[in-house]
Amino acid sequence: MNIAVLQFPGSNCDQDAFQLFAGGLGLPTRYVWHKDRALGEADLVVVPGGFSYGDYLRCGAIARFSPVMGAVREYAAAGGLVLGICNGFQILCEAGLLPGALIRNSSLEYRCMTCDLTVEDAGPGFNPRALGGRIRLPIGHGEGNYRIDEAGRARLVGNGQVLLRYAGNPNGSLDDIAGVRNEAGNVFGMMPHPDRAFERFHPSRDGLAVARAVLAARFPGMILKTA
Amino acid sequence: MKIKVFVTPKRNVLDPQGAAVGHALESLGLEGLRGARVGKVVELELEGPDSPQLRAKLDALCRDLLSNPVIEDYRYEIGA
Repeated sequence: MNIAVLQFPGSNCDQDAFQLFAGGLGLPTRYVWHKDRALGEADLVVVPGGFSYGDYLRCGAIARFSPVMGAVREYAAAGGLVLGICNGFQILCEAGLLPGALIRNSSLEYRCMTCDLTVEDAGPGFNPRALGGRIRLPIGHGEGNYRIDEAGRARLVGNGQVLLRYAGNPNGSLDDIAGVRNEAGNVFGMMPHPDRAFERFHPSRDGLAVARAVLAARFPGMILKTA
Repeated sequence: MKIKVFVTPKRNVLDPQGAAVGHALESLGLEGLRGARVGKVVELELEGPDSPQLRAKLDALCRDLLSNPVIEDYRYEIGA
């Protein structure tokens, strides 16, 4: 198992994501700089949170054109596992690897809090049986208001692509959507931070189960102990 | 040649910023406000003439980078 965590200029949760997989799950983990055109061997690519390129133009709009994203696109097309967290989710939406878009929170406020989330049945691995019906994860974002057109929304629901919904909507997201996957089931994105929920001093340790659930989409039956 | 690209939230997409600005305008006494949308303007200065090829390139760049077609519309004006 080999986890690759991308780093863009302005990423600031790259070390959190690294530590979730390296420390939390005890998996070999390494960084990949955004200028690299190849990912090397990877079983999961994590696009971390932060403010890539200062969030200029739109969140994720410029990171999407970083050299490494060409490799991520090919990797995802070949079925490789990708997880985007927060700004990583925004980047994957901008890149067209996930449907929809994230706009300014309806409150216009940056929301930094721990959220109750309901777990949707999004296929083998990621579902209430694996994760429990409700989990708690921190959020920290100003642009987490998920938007998609009606046809897209119907596809998300019909295909079981919604991963998580907010129990109390913090940002105005359509249908309380907090995270989605692509139709093929190998690209995951969420605004809440599993990478801020795995240490004993974190507000919850549900990030470990989320990380396992993402890995289980590609590697069912893999047993991961908590380090 | 100067090019102004206007990027605006799609009509059917919620615009929290526009709504807040609209409320502020009303509180400052603007009556009869039917809506407020906030977008952005990108000003470009370019050498060379206007041409169908240039416009095709601009359209592609507006779709790929300057706007997100899921949530935004764009248009541009080409001036002297």
